[in-house]
Amino acid sequence: MEAVNALLLIFILACAVSVSLTKSLLSAVIIFMVQSLAMSVVWILLRAPDLAITEAAVGAGVTSLLMFVALKKIHAVRTVKHEKSDKQP
Amino acid sequence: MKNPINSLKRFIEQGSDPLGEEMLSELELNRPDADGEALAAPRRSLFSEKPRRPRLIHALYAASSVALCLALIGILLYTVSGLPSFGGADTLADSEVSAFYIENGLKDTGAGNIIAPIILSYRGFDTLGESHVLFIAAVAVMLLLRPAPSDKSALLRAYEYGDDKEEPHDDLILMAGGRVIVPLILMFGVYIILNGNISPGGGFSGGAVIGAGLIMYLSIYGYGPASRFMTLRVYRAVSACALGLYSLFKTYHFVTGFNGIESVFSAGIPGTIFSGGMLLYLNIFVGTVVALTMYALFTLFRKGDF
Repeated sequence: MEAVNALLLIFILACAVSVSLTKSLLSAVIIFMVQSLAMSVVWILLRAPDLAITEAAVGAGVTSLLMFVALKKIHAVRTVKHEKSDKQP
Repeated sequence: MKNPINSLKRFIEQGSDPLGEEMLSELELNRPDADGEALAAPRRSLFSEKPRRPRLIHALYAASSVALCLALIGILLYTVSGLPSFGGADTLADSEVSAFYIENGLKDTGAGNIIAPIILSYRGFDTLGESHVLFIAAVAVMLLLRPAPSDKSALLRAYEYGDDKEEPHDDLILMAGGRVIVPLILMFGVYIILNGNISPGGGFSGGAVIGAGLIMYLSIYGYGPASRFMTLRVYRAVSACALGLYSLFKTYHFVTGFNGIESVFSAGIPGTIFSGGMLLYLNIFVGTVVALTMYALFTLFRKGDF
């Protein structure tokens, strides 16, 4: 369990460094999301399951979603134009 | 070549401020063909030279930012090293507060999950303020992003130019997946809230999970179905009711606790849902506020409206 913990902590550190080094804003948000998920596993290993639930829902879920929305609002994400199909109701 | 007198007359007829007029006309009078070139030329040369930071200052700037960052990291690491070690034998010994909670938590409140009474009962004032802060944050976002109700064109624009135009609508795979996953997420959130007093979790975590589920529902099925049951009126009424009831319950709790009056909410049998006095109800109120606020923040950021 110690090894898993150490591995996760190293992974979180690597994520934190790569967020600041990555050029693409979208990848930065995704790495941030992954870091939050790893953090929630660390919370479980630290025997704080309630914090793990909150971290997974807020850190990995809602915060990242809000950042995606922000990126979209400032047109930092390239969107693929979809042709609207009329078959679906 | 234009006549300087004509341009002077034009300036006077346009009737802008007299001082600037005088200066401009004087400029034009001094230079007969000043209309296009001569006036524009000095400006162009002024703007073509980009203000360039000297190299030394640039290097100093970079070096100082790196130094500041390293200093901050150092300070934080130094602070962390001063914390008591995790799980050490002597860590709990000097903390009377946590020992008190562990000893008396179950006896006082009848809640199996010791975190719940600490957050909602022993330190309930803290959580009460936090819930209100969350609601105020949503209200502030609403004030900033929502167009005025009188401005019909802005409302229409917010609806028309919602940023979902380039997204796939009615995606079959997403909808089929959402039909399975969204109810499970919502149910899990409700489970966390209702079992807040006997198992890990509680109002905030459960509310956050429900909020994430609602956001997922909104993203999969588009704005239409969600706006049928979640309007501004619903949000305002439910959030205000939950917050008001929460404050009311807490007031009752403070009054009875301070005066040593026996509370109506009994501790119950530990391990059942209806144990822990008013913790269950407080969890439900907090969960409602958190879930609705998460949803409101997301939908306000996306469309600027409900």
